Amino acid sequence: MEKMQVRFERCKGCGLCVSACPKKLVVIQKEKRNEKGYFTAVCSDQDACISCMMCAMMCPDCAIKIEK
Amino acid sequence: MKGNEALAEAAIRCGCKCFFGYPITPQTELSAYMAKRMEKSGGVFLQAESEIAAINMVLGAASTGVRAMTSSSSPGVSLKAEGISYMAGSDLPAVIINVQRGGPGLGSIQPAQSDYFQATKAMGHGDFHVMVLAPCSVQEMVDAVTLAFDKADQYRMPVMILADGLLGQMMEPVTFPEAKTELPDKSDWAACGHKNGRKHHIINSLFLDAPLLEAKVKERYERYKQIEENETDAELYMCDGAEIVVAAYGATARVAKSAVTKARAEGIKAGLFRPKTLWPFPVKEINQACKDAKCILDVEMSMGQMIYDVKLATECRIPVEFYGRTGGVIPTPAEVYDEIKKLTGGAQ
Amino acid sequence: MAVVFDRPNSLEDVSTHFCPGCGHGIVHRLVCEVLDEMGVIGDTIAVVPVGCSVMSYNYFGCDVIQAPHGRAPAVATGAKRVNPDKVVFTYQGDGDLAAIGTAETVHSGTRGENIVIIFINNTTYGMTGGQMAPTTLPGQVTQTTPFGRNTDTAGFPIRICEMMSTLSGVALAQRVAIDSVPHIREAKKAIRKAFDNQVNKRGLSIVEVLSTCPTNWGLSPTASMDFVRDKMIPYYPLGVYKDKTADEEAAK
Repeated sequence: MEKMQVRFERCKGCGLCVSACPKKLVVIQKEKRNEKGYFTAVCSDQDACISCMMCAMMCPDCAIKIEK
Repeated sequence: MKGNEALAEAAIRCGCKCFFGYPITPQTELSAYMAKRMEKSGGVFLQAESEIAAINMVLGAASTGVRAMTSSSSPGVSLKAEGISYMAGSDLPAVIINVQRGGPGLGSIQPAQSDYFQATKAMGHGDFHVMVLAPCSVQEMVDAVTLAFDKADQYRMPVMILADGLLGQMMEPVTFPEAKTELPDKSDWAACGHKNGRKHHIINSLFLDAPLLEAKVKERYERYKQIEENETDAELYMCDGAEIVVAAYGATARVAKSAVTKARAEGIKAGLFRPKTLWPFPVKEINQACKDAKCILDVEMSMGQMIYDVKLATECRIPVEFYGRTGGVIPTPAEVYDEIKKLTGGAQ
Repeated sequence: MAVVFDRPNSLEDVSTHFCPGCGHGIVHRLVCEVLDEMGVIGDTIAVVPVGCSVMSYNYFGCDVIQAPHGRAPAVATGAKRVNPDKVVFTYQGDGDLAAIGTAETVHSGTRGENIVIIFINNTTYGMTGGQMAPTTLPGQVTQTTPFGRNTDTAGFPIRICEMMSTLSGVALAQRVAIDSVPHIREAKKAIRKAFDNQVNKRGLSIVEVLSTCPTNWGLSPTASMDFVRDKMIPYYPLGVYKDKTADEEAAK
């Protein structure tokens, strides 16, 4: 169950969510680029995520959906 | 009624729901009249901070599907050019009145016709036209307002009424049409809130995809072609057998008509061609008027602007002479009569 | 598991042309969240300017009118005056509002037009490649101040909220920022207050949002947020510069 879901094609790899996460869980994965050529954000530990939504609030592209 | 006020009353009768003005001689009475009458008739009157703001308020109101109008005089109309171009580019209907005054620059406050080029050739940047109507009496100004609103809605474009300080300030008897209650339905494009019932409407003139912009412009020019074929209008006065035809519009045409009448009385075969639409220019009508003419005398309150359209329309088959006063000076019938005599060597 | 955060319905589900990390995206979401919460999107008309946010007509889910550069407040005035029951707002950048559109901004304020102005201050002309704007900070390097803005020749940055707060027709003049989550929450509250003012016919509400322009600032998105905090907020203090509703409550 994914509390923090990143829409792969919507993310522009800007990294604002990375700095916003209080638990420092969000990272920019470097394996795969999306259609626009960006490396995208991903939550490195879904269990540790507390669904605080701060990453989503900082995201300029509504690329992050949070579940709790 | 005074011309400026008749223009305002006519607009209200046509269901114009808002007027955005700015003071400038010689059309200020129009705004003042609107200030008195518009709110009482359930409409909006607002004096803007500039002619630029005024035309943009028209743009905003027209975008929501409401009949909107603004008026100004030459320098003010120059300020509105960008807004008018945006409105043409967004296919927005509206009525814009230019009560012309002497120019360029601050010019003078007396009547003139030196904005002809601006109105008919280059009202703003980009490929577009506005319909340009040229009344020559207070009654015709009232009729022009009614026509302007209808054509603006029909063809979804701004329509300009090109009057001048003389027409704006003169008083003549006038009858008004019945107040229009049912107005055209524009809900298929207007941006007035989609009530969650349809896709959102976008009023816009920006198309960064060049071929798309080209297609938009070309579609507009299809409409312009229809207008050129169906909407021209002119008055031909004593043109049968006329060897000299005077071409004049607006207030100048009244001066020319007196001169033509006098010349005819003295056996000179003179006639008057008076375009009532400046764009689309009445090409068929002028050629009909000049079928027997050996010479055309173009008379304007400018250094000669409509003369180019006269030559173009008649394909320079007939020599076109010019007589004009400018800077706000109004030609007299006697001056025009003298020109006719000079050109025809008096009665044969 | 329930969804607790997702794209607001008023925001079209499309990817935007904004640069990575650009503040526009955040403010668009905040405006649309407010429109969702108030349930007014069906009666809303947005007026977008010339600038990076011109193509917001593809993002705001309400009807949208694209205004000539600087003239959005006048266009909004026209639309609102003939549709008093609709919600009308403009979304403008600093070049659009504080340079060419200053007169329209001031006069919609003096008239107390019942509209909302969302004013994005990112100290630059973004769309055209980062030229000096009226809000460019002293010493700040831009395309047209390559040696840093020299106030002797290029004048001083303009503080719009303070200026607008002097106009009687203004109901709300508040400056917020989007450089941190707490500031983003504050920004949303201000935007909501602005739209509430309009519904309650209290006059003009302007919310100035200090935002970022990573591309033209030549900074990373996160470094841009630091620039807002460290450089912009000191010159443009956040806060409420006018709030008629609060003033009236205090007077009671």
